[in-house]
Order: sequence, then structure tokens, then C-alpha cells
Amino acid sequence: MNTLHNRSEELFQIYEAYADAHGMVEETEGAEDIAERRRLESIYAASQWQLIWRKFTRNRVALVGGVIVIIYYVVALLAQFFAPYTLSTRFIEYIYLPPQRVHFFHDGKFEPYVYGIELEIDENLRKIYTTNPEKIVPVEFMVRGEPYELFGIFKTDVHLFGSSEGAVSLLGTDRQGRDMFSRVLYGSQISLTIGLLGVLMSLTFGSVLGVVSGYYGGWIDDLIQRMIELVRSFPAIPLWMALSAAVPATWPPLRTYFVVTLILSVIGWTWLARQLRGKVLALRNDDYILAAKLAGAGDGRIIFKHLIPATFSHIIVVATLAMPSMILAETALSFLGLGLRPPITSWGVLLKEAQNLQSIALYPWVFTPALAIAIVILAFNFLGDGLRDASDPYTV
Amino acid sequence: MDKQQRDIGAQDSPVLVSVEDLKKYFPIQRGLFRRTVGYVKAVDGVSFFINEGETLGLVGESGCGKTTTGRLILRAMEPTEGHIFYRQHDRMIDLAGVPSGQMKSLRREMQIIFQDPFSSLNPRMTVMDIISEPLEIHNVAQGQQLKDHVCELLEAVGLKAQHMNRYPYAFSGGQRQRIGIARALALRPRLIIADEPVSALDVSVQAQVLNLLEDLKHKFGLTYLFIAHDLSVVEHISDRVAVMYLGTVVELASSDDLYMNPGHPYTEALLSAVPRSDPDQPSNRILLSGDIPSPANPPPGCKFHPRCPYAQDICSHQAPEWYEISPKHWVVCHFAGQLDLSGIAFQ
Ligand SMILES: Nc1ncnc2c1ncn2[C@@H]1O[C@H](COP(=O)(O)OP(=O)(O)O)[C@@H](O)[C@H]1O
Ligand SMILES: [Mg+2]
Repeated sequence: MNTLHNRSEELFQIYEAYADAHGMVEETEGAEDIAERRRLESIYAASQWQLIWRKFTRNRVALVGGVIVIIYYVVALLAQFFAPYTLSTRFIEYIYLPPQRVHFFHDGKFEPYVYGIELEIDENLRKIYTTNPEKIVPVEFMVRGEPYELFGIFKTDVHLFGSSEGAVSLLGTDRQGRDMFSRVLYGSQISLTIGLLGVLMSLTFGSVLGVVSGYYGGWIDDLIQRMIELVRSFPAIPLWMALSAAVPATWPPLRTYFVVTLILSVIGWTWLARQLRGKVLALRNDDYILAAKLAGAGDGRIIFKHLIPATFSHIIVVATLAMPSMILAETALSFLGLGLRPPITSWGVLLKEAQNLQSIALYPWVFTPALAIAIVILAFNFLGDGLRDASDPYTV
Repeated sequence: MDKQQRDIGAQDSPVLVSVEDLKKYFPIQRGLFRRTVGYVKAVDGVSFFINEGETLGLVGESGCGKTTTGRLILRAMEPTEGHIFYRQHDRMIDLAGVPSGQMKSLRREMQIIFQDPFSSLNPRMTVMDIISEPLEIHNVAQGQQLKDHVCELLEAVGLKAQHMNRYPYAFSGGQRQRIGIARALALRPRLIIADEPVSALDVSVQAQVLNLLEDLKHKFGLTYLFIAHDLSVVEHISDRVAVMYLGTVVELASSDDLYMNPGHPYTEALLSAVPRSDPDQPSNRILLSGDIPSPANPPPGCKFHPRCPYAQDICSHQAPEWYEISPKHWVVCHFAGQLDLSGIAFQ
């Protein structure tokens, strides 16, 4: 029949498989005791979300992706705590320090430490860092360091780790002697939220326009579709470049941040609108929509009680899959010098600072933000794929 | 059909619905600017009436416009032409002329049962939510009262009230159809359009649902327009039957009369396809030649003439009129009453 039919079949199979796996009988009446009957009823009365969740949790790769994404956001949220130093902490004596190796056991006990650093200048006046095995710098946990304000409210100076006896730089330092690890964590705050905000804005435009377009059809649909085509027919990068060139360099960082987000979502919404329109076009001919109309439901009720919930799982999947491109777009713009600028620190800004031949050849660790980006983007893609498979196995 | 015929029907019980020369043309649009290049004449001059409390079977091959006719009566779509008279407080209202804003109160009185038990229930809503939606919209009940209402309805259609927190996927096709029936009954309608309510079900379940519909009809005093694509299903449930071909009604009669003495060659052909209960009786199935013509380009004259085994010259250029071949038995055929057509004898 239609996809909905398949979909229902699929759900039916899921619950049957579940019932089988738990050695359950078909009908509640067959169940002996009350507890068993309750348990059965909980399966029959499981909402679509619960069924999606059951299916999703069986997909290992997607689960791993989801966990990584969660870790990223938790770390970003508490970056000041997880980072041993602040954005501007400088070790003037350690410029372009390579990543330090952490040793975990000392005399057979778990006491992480790094070796001290000796600086030599060779005959070409190049700095050569060597480790001094005599000098042990212990890595301490919950250590007091530079003060910061968590969420801009709580004043504290406790960091997850650090050392009171010397520098601990897991990813090395940059050309000003700033700790790369701390900078990557701080950068994630901007890069991950700008993606989220951009996707949210795209979602708002995209879902409203898409659902309206599909539901009303006619000239409203025509108008919205032509608008989408117009926006889409601009090549993305030059359009972004033009828009961000219009952002004055004198603007405060926060305003620049919002404008860049807006610029990113200008193109993002069209994709979602198209997808949702197609979905609504298929849904609006389902009989249950007609049943609601004949029961006297108005457009508002049909859109918010029937259409939006039906597309909601789709919206979430699309949003998840849109995150990587948003993050990459921010990175690309900032890398080209058109997005965010210092003092705002995002992954793109960090990469821009690393943008020279010398870095690639001599100080490859300043590219670690690229690794952070690659991991989170893969994680988002795995998560999105898993959500898609769990929520709608019959569409692309 | 004209007024006189309506009055004839009214002799038994009053006419509840009378459809007169109803038309629905769907535009066929092509190209970038959606130019209309033609029309699908899905319903092309349908007339019939339904008496209060009876079941009228509407039968015809797939694509002949049965669903469209049903939805026009409910005003789920706008008719292109024609009238739909509906009796309310002893007055006949032409539904075709009622502005869509004023349909809400009339809609309480007429509901639909769908063919597809899958797409007719929102998979994201529980049975409780599905059945209570009409009650909520019309502010019939709230809270515990609403719940009681839903319980009653579920029991009326043979489902267990304790299952109301389940989602539709936990039910079989027949049970889903019962949920759909409960929803249709929620507002206590007078008229129910049952659009092939059993054709998607297993044969074993079909009879159960048909019996349920029969019971509910008496219990709630309903009037049915019962749509089916073959005559075997409507045989027992219908008081009268209207046979449809390519957007028009070609024969209208009481069930017994139609089955025993069909007056239209198309009805005869449909009857020959009904499985015989008596195996000794020879099955002389009439296979119609040719395909069903497209409703976008119907043949001139009598629409059935290219496939009719009795067609004459006149059939290809002149559209036939309604003839009453015996009391309350109407046939749209040039040779109505003159052909010797075979029906089915009942025990
Ligand atoms: N919304 C529509 N737009 C265009 N054509 C339609 C639409 N609905 C039905 N039709 C056409 O009208 C004809 C009759 O359809 P329908 O009433 O569904 O027939 P039935 O229910 O008897 O199978 C078919 O040819 C069908 O393709
Ligand atoms: Mg139909």
C-alpha cells in the first residue's frame, strides 16, 4: 500500500520480536498474573518514541556516535573546568612546545606525571625542547589554578587537572606559548553552539515553511518553492563571503557571532523545508487527516496535532545530519578570515592561526583542532544515520 | 433523478440524502505553469437517494468514482456541479451550497469509515486519543466523562476498554477497523459512509465486521451508504443497491429485485462474477471485452457501449435516460426492460 502501511507493519514486527524475545504470549488475557499482564500492556502501549529508542539502542555505531556527541557537549559546557589553563594563559618560555607525554604510574602507583622541560637553542637559533627525566612534574586533580566563572555565575578556580609545579600541556603550545588543549576546549564552546544555534534557526524557518508549503499547496506552495530555488541558486561560499564581508570588523564579538550564525542558517533552512514539504505532501492524503477534518478539526489542530508530530522524528534526524555541515561551514568561514575573528576562539579561528607552511612542517600539533572537528563530525553522522534507520527505515 | 422520484422513495421512510446530477471533475495540469489540459470526470452526473434507516449499496469497479461520490456527500471536496440534499429538522438542505465554514455542525451528523485500516488511524496516537478527538473538538465531554464515553464506544464495537492506551500497531486489521468504526460513531451521526470497509480484511474477518455494522445500524439507528467493488459483499447488508459505471449510476433497485432481475447489462456482468453458493448451478461468467475507458476521456453516448454485449447503433451516439422498469427499479439503458438478462436466484 503506502509507506505508512509498511511502517505499521514494521512497528508490528518490532513489538512481536520484542514479545518473542521476552517469551511473551500474544494476548494479555493469556497472561497469568497481574504483573505479567502489566508488562505486556506496557509493550502494546509503547509510543513510537519508545519503539524508536529500542531500535536505536541496538545500533552500536550510532550509540557510540551519540555518546561521543554527548561527551563533546558536556566538555564544551564545562570547558573552563576541564581545561587546565585559560584562553590567554601564556608560557613565554615554552613557545611551540610539543605535546608532553603523560606517564601514569610512578613506582607502581597511579600517580600521573610529566617530565620537566629543558630548553636549548641550537646553532640555527632554533628552540629545541628536551625532557629532563630527573625532574618530575606531578599531574594533580581538582587543582586550584586560574580563577574563572562557570556559566558566567559561579566564581571558582578549581580545574579538573593541572600542576602547581610546572606546565602540563597535553597537546603542546602555539606560537604565543598558549596551551593547545585548553584552547581546543574553549574553541568547542563556540563551534558546537554556533552549529546548534544555526541548525535551530534553520529548523524554525524550514519546518514552518515546509509544513505550510506542503499542507496548503497552491500559490503558497509555489511562492515558497520559488523562494527556496532562488536562495539555492546562489553558490553557497560566495554568498557567505559576500554576507560576512558586510559584517563590520568593529562589531563586538557577540554580535559577530550571531550574525555569522544567521548567515549559516540562511541556506540551511531550504534543505529542511524541501524535505518536510515532501513528507507533508505524502501525509496530507492519509485517511486519518481526512478523519480529523471530518471530525471538525481546523488547520491549526491538524498541523500541530497530526502533521508536526508525524514529521518530528524526521526533523530530529535532519537536524542531526545538518550539524556537521554547520560546524564545517563555521570552520571554513573563519578559516578564510570571513567568520569569527580573535578574540573569539572557535576551531576555525584556531586553524586560521595555524595556517602557514612552517606550522605544518615543524609544529603539526597546532592542527589538533582539525582532529577534534573530524571526530565530532563523524560522531554526528553516525548518530544521524542511526536515528534515521530507527525512525524511518523506508526512506533515504 | 427528479423530485418525483424522491417522493416515491419517501413512501417507505423519509429520504435522508438525495444526490442529484452530482459531478466532480479533477483538472489535469501539465507543465511549468500548471496549464489545465483536460479533466478526469471522476463523478459525472450521479443521482440516487437514501432513505432514513436503510443501507444503500454503491457498487462498481475500482476507479468508477465511488470514493469520490462518498467524499462529495461529506463535502470533503467541493462538487463541480450538482446537488446533495440532506434532511435536517424536516428540511432538505443542499449541502453543495453550504459554505465550508458552516459545515462543522452538519459534519456531526455524517461520518466515514475508511477502506484502509492502516492509513486511517494516526500511528502516533493512542486509541483513546483517536476516538476522543471528535468528542474534544465538539466539546462533548471532558476528563473522566470523556474516558467513559470512549470506553462505551470501544465496547460497542467489540473491543476491550482496557486496551485504550494502546497504539494502533498493536491491533490486527479487523480490530483497527473496529477502532475506526468507534471513531465514526463518537458524535452519534445519522449517516455513515462506509467506503469499502471490509475489502482490505481477511475473508474470515470480513463477516465479523459486516455483522458488527449491521448490529450498530439497529442499535444507533444509522443510515449507511455502503460502498463495495463487487456485488457479493453488499448482498446481505444492503436494502437497495446502486450500480455505478464510469462516474454515473446505471441501475438502482432493491437488492432482491436487482439480484434476481438485473435491468442493465453491466449489472448482469457484475452478478455473473458473484461466487455461487449452490455448486450445482452452472457458473456462466460474462467476461466483458475491452478495458475500462479512462474517466478523462469517456466514450460518447452510453458510456458502457464499447463493452456492452447488447450494444446497438443508438448506444454509441445517444446517452440513455432513466427508465423505471418496475416499481422503484430504475435502469439507465436504451433497451431497459427489453433485454433478457440473467440474475441470481435466492434460496
Ligand atoms: N484527488 C484526485 N485528483 C485527481 N484524480 C482523482 C482524485 N481522486 C480520484 N481521482 C480519479 O477519479 C477516478 C475515480 O476515483 P475514485 O473515486 O477513488 O474511484 P473508486 O473509489 O470507485 O475506486 C479515478 O480515475 C481516480 O484516478
Ligand atoms: Mg475507492
